[in-house]
Amino acid sequence: MPELATAKAGPPPELATRPMLRVAALQAWYGESHILHGVDLEIRPGELVTLLGRNGAGKTTTLRSLMGMVPRREGSVVLEDQETIRLPPHRIARLGMAICPEERGIFASLTVEENLLLPPQLRSGGMDLQAVMELFPNLQERMSSQGTKLSGGEQQMLAIGRILRTGARLLLLDEPTEGLAPVIVQHIGATIHRLKAEGFTILLVEQNLKFASSIAERHYVMDRGRVVDEIPADRFQSSMPQLQTHLGV
Amino acid sequence: MTTVFGVPIQALFSQLLVGLINGSFYALLSLGLAIIFGLLNIINFCHGALYMLGALVAWLLLRFFDLGYWPALLIAPLVVGLFGMLIERTMLKRLQGLDPLFGLLLTFGLALVIQGVARNYFGVSGEPYDVPEQLTGGRNLGFMFLPNYRAWVVLVSVVLCGLTWFVAERTRMGAYLRAATENPVLVQAFGINVPRLITITYGLGVALAALAGVMAAPIYRVNPLMGADLIIVVFAVVVIGGMGSILGSIVTGFALGVIEGLTKVFYPEASNTVVFVIMAIVLLVKPAGLFGRTA
Ligand SMILES: Nc1ncnc2c1ncn2[C@@H]1O[C@H](COP(=O)(O)OP(=O)(O)OP(=O)(O)O)[C@@H](O)[C@H]1O
Ligand SMILES: [Mg+2]
Repeated sequence: MPELATAKAGPPPELATRPMLRVAALQAWYGESHILHGVDLEIRPGELVTLLGRNGAGKTTTLRSLMGMVPRREGSVVLEDQETIRLPPHRIARLGMAICPEERGIFASLTVEENLLLPPQLRSGGMDLQAVMELFPNLQERMSSQGTKLSGGEQQMLAIGRILRTGARLLLLDEPTEGLAPVIVQHIGATIHRLKAEGFTILLVEQNLKFASSIAERHYVMDRGRVVDEIPADRFQSSMPQLQTHLGV
Repeated sequence: MTTVFGVPIQALFSQLLVGLINGSFYALLSLGLAIIFGLLNIINFCHGALYMLGALVAWLLLRFFDLGYWPALLIAPLVVGLFGMLIERTMLKRLQGLDPLFGLLLTFGLALVIQGVARNYFGVSGEPYDVPEQLTGGRNLGFMFLPNYRAWVVLVSVVLCGLTWFVAERTRMGAYLRAATENPVLVQAFGINVPRLITITYGLGVALAALAGVMAAPIYRVNPLMGADLIIVVFAVVVIGGMGSILGSIVTGFALGVIEGLTKVFYPEASNTVVFVIMAIVLLVKPAGLFGRTA
């Protein structure tokens, strides 16, 4: 049956490269302070892209603005063809974007299990609980502990694990390796690889350049509330000098 | 006659019962205050006025619609709860992120308005409200006489407090509530409609106060100022229990009612102040309250 064969050939090329996320001229404010001055970036489905930049460059604010978690934002954030700039965070989440915040955001008044199950399943296609537990077996025996009684590494795993069930396909991970021991950084790195292999699209904020270059296909560099450079993985080494001026390393 | 420390045992038990009754109302009101404070970060000063409104609605239902205690027990919390949601949506919502002082001032003003309007139409003398006939009378327990209606009030209050605790600590809605109390923005980013959760929670806290008001009507009469005195003691209860602690407000509510009752037996002069003395001591020793989490 020839028709079936063509149907299996996948989406036409222009659809396949349609961006998962397209951000244009994104600005954000905290009260009177104008933090983002026009962020532009694009992420294609299945890509793993990092956001680099020195302390205070606006990386966290960018992720929070994408989710609508800032008091005021302007510009354009298109998630799979849907403009989200006027939507409240809970509506944005339902379109398939989820965040693992910088401070991890584990709730002290919830057990590990309650933390893990807190984000509701919003769309189909999320991991089931068992798959999440396989990814992070450490959590299994700590299910009834208070969420914040976990070690830093375990809290980070919990923070990642809980957004995998929701059905979100675009994950915003804010410095998941910050302050963790090298073995745990490795584990988190391997996990992020797995997630990419599972088809998640990932925007990763990272300070650790070595870790970032080992894992991502593309890098955006931020400075003072703007994206100032875009570096594909194969240009990463040769771009080191200009990267280092931006990052102030 | 049996006596304990020179006090007739009958007097002791009847004051204990009065203490438990008062404690039932303290617990129901401080529970609502605790939940509202946790989620909205607002000290809901109009809680006492809404409690009074519950009793008043019950009285109006009887007077103008011939609907007695049992329907009132359902309708009054519903009406007042909806009124509360309206207050939240139109006014309290705008105070989000501001100093809690603004919320206190606004709700204090609302309390004055609600009480003032009620006073204008109903005077201050108060209207009697009959005990429903199914709950008249009482039983002799040997050591004391237990009026059925009072036993009912204590029972309902204990059940409602237990139920609220269960919902808050053991259900999904409760997990949302606790999480949103800690970090509302993140909870909303997980796809939960936090503004709606806040409105519903405020409505439920207020409905609890209104229900307490209906239950109080046959005991204290329906009086526009019935909530004004009560709320002061209830605030002391919340401070002692720990701002925002659900279990703390329940336990403290009942305990302080009983302590107040016992003080009336052993040292009547202090019975009106004992709660505040305890509050002062707790604030000195454990400023976050007995059950409060220190940040
Ligand atoms: N809640 C806030 N209120 C006011 N200003 C803020 C707030 N959060 C961040 N800022 C400011 O916004 C700027 C960008 O901060 P942001 O946290 O986005 O930087 P970052 O790139 O994530 O830095 P880091 O690498 O330290 O995490 C900083 O100058 C910071 O002081
Ligand atoms: Mg940051």
